[in-house]
Amino acid sequence: MSKDLLLDVENLKVYFPVRRSISEFLAMKPRRFVRAVDGISFKIRIGESLCLVGESGSGKTTTGKAILGLVPISGGSVKYRPKEETVKVLREEGVEFVDGFVDIAKLRFKQMKPLRKEIQIVFQDPYGSLNPRYTIGRILEEPLIIHGIGETSEERIEMVARALENVKLIPPEDFMERYPHQLSGGQRQRVAIARAFITNPGLVIADEPVSMLDVSIRAEILELLNTLREKNNTSMIFITHDLAIARYACERIAIMYLGKIVEIGDVDMVIQNPIHPYTKALIEAIFEPDPSMRHKIKEIPIKGEIPSAVNIPAGCRFHPRCVELDQDRKTLESYCLMKEPSLEKPIIDAEPERAVACWKYIERR
Amino acid sequence: MALLEVRDLQTYFYTIRGIVKAVDKVSFDLEKGEVLGLAGESGCGKSTIAWSLLGLVPPPGRIVGGSIKIDGNDITKMGEPEIRRKIRWKKISMIFQGAMNALTPVYTIGYQIAEPLIYHMGLSKKEAYERAAELLASVGLSKEFLNRYPHQLSGGQKQRVVIAMALVLEPDIVIADEPTTALDVVVQYQVINLLKRINREKKIAMIVISHDLSLIAQMADKVAIMYAGRIVEYGPSEKVFNDPQHPYTQLLLKAIPRLRGPKEKLAYIPGQPPDLRNPPTGCRFHPRCPFAFDRCYKEDPELVKLDKNHYASCFLLEEKGVGGL
Repeated sequence: MSKDLLLDVENLKVYFPVRRSISEFLAMKPRRFVRAVDGISFKIRIGESLCLVGESGSGKTTTGKAILGLVPISGGSVKYRPKEETVKVLREEGVEFVDGFVDIAKLRFKQMKPLRKEIQIVFQDPYGSLNPRYTIGRILEEPLIIHGIGETSEERIEMVARALENVKLIPPEDFMERYPHQLSGGQRQRVAIARAFITNPGLVIADEPVSMLDVSIRAEILELLNTLREKNNTSMIFITHDLAIARYACERIAIMYLGKIVEIGDVDMVIQNPIHPYTKALIEAIFEPDPSMRHKIKEIPIKGEIPSAVNIPAGCRFHPRCVELDQDRKTLESYCLMKEPSLEKPIIDAEPERAVACWKYIERR
Repeated sequence: MALLEVRDLQTYFYTIRGIVKAVDKVSFDLEKGEVLGLAGESGCGKSTIAWSLLGLVPPPGRIVGGSIKIDGNDITKMGEPEIRRKIRWKKISMIFQGAMNALTPVYTIGYQIAEPLIYHMGLSKKEAYERAAELLASVGLSKEFLNRYPHQLSGGQKQRVVIAMALVLEPDIVIADEPTTALDVVVQYQVINLLKRINREKKIAMIVISHDLSLIAQMADKVAIMYAGRIVEYGPSEKVFNDPQHPYTQLLLKAIPRLRGPKEKLAYIPGQPPDLRNPPTGCRFHPRCPFAFDRCYKEDPELVKLDKNHYASCFLLEEKGVGGL
């Protein structure tokens, strides 16, 4: 494995069991599962940012939670390379390492604790993610206390002050004394970002961090995230449903549909030259602030609605909604309806990092 | 005479902690079949305007000044029974924000649409259900949906039902308050297409309320940009989007992440909208405005006419002499 790799997710699966009704139970019907994440693979290099984009129910948030060890992983591996000091702590716990990587899927809940310092999260809702009974100072000191960072209280307060300065909550002394309800949404989100970065993590997962904020301050929060990330050489997984925000937030992008990645690549290239029919539809569906659009009514190239993750269609899971299948039904039918495409390098011209899961554009075997 | 004429509308909320001037001297017009976009950040008063137009301002709020004339009749002078009989839903109806989650889970879709027809219009049950089926067809849902319950519908389908309900009494004006929140992008696009079709085919005038300027650009013939309870810029969409004059509009447009075209650095507006109990003196935007000067702290700018139908409230525009146009 290459030296600059930080996270290697392979064939990750997260299934949630569905409760059976009494009649199903008596008829001994097998237990059914919501296949929230259904075999996804991707890699993140040190300092790199990747966007997970998809509609609700595509599994993007579950993927983030799985990497954090917050939901049980049903299959596959999540290999992460911790920093030196964490490696030591983990070895004492008896955790196995392969090439400096630890498999999060194999860790017990308790063994996750040293890793939580390294993998942090910024939640969507800055109103719900900060304890209303703690002052901002206490909220930021909490992770330091939990992970035993800083010897004395003075040292920790100094770190908290610096963290607040980093997110431009100035003067920090003033903000430390305040409670979350005294701050605006944007300021709260900055506190949440400061809290994520205060433990000097290797990876930050930002789950829709700007979607609850007003348009006028979104750019500021995006810029802040990226400045901190570059300064500390932290990697980031940015989860969003908005392709336009993804374009400004990340370097690479992975488009998810029903628990699978259907296309992955450089963010600008994917947006300029989408290959997967689903990516094409998503891009068509994004509004532009151009008033001449109101004179046209244009349909987007997609059929029907997203199916339930309990009944995932056979073959390519996108085939019931795909318009390109209809255009070329004869040649594609035996593949799209029967076999699941894997995420591969496309057969048409594209940059080397691009991969796509569509039988029309990958080699048919 | 315009279909809807709002003049100097003031809607205040009398809370224990002070008077919130949610809508403060707002004026606009709406012609038959026209679409007005009301844009602004959260808390700028856009939903309060919608409630005022329907006579539904929740206490402790009330309309304290100005007039709202629909077909020349001022609804601020009408009592609740009169509004209910003559105006609400017949002349002007609304797609409430998040209404798709307010459908009653225990009744079928058909019953929920047919109910007002039975009780208000005196239709027989059979006639009402036939009309309900027609309405469902007009929002792209088949007859089968009459017998379904809300939990059997997807978000997009529920939103279509809510749109059908706003059309029940064939109003002249439909207000759509954030009609696509909580919907996925693909579904959002389809719902906006549906609203466009209704606007065109039935010549229904619409007021689209959203924080999302890109969404407003998809529909609005003219736009009102709101800030802290006031309209700061008002004009035809082409003017406001392509040649914005007020600093707030200019910054807001530069803050929108775009998917197409060059990737320019996004702008942002430092600070936050003011507390409307205690708005800043002078121009309400001055604490966040990069161009603010002495006068902005002291005096309150009026809307200046910049061009035919294009207005903005900023001293810079006065001083530049653009107002002379």
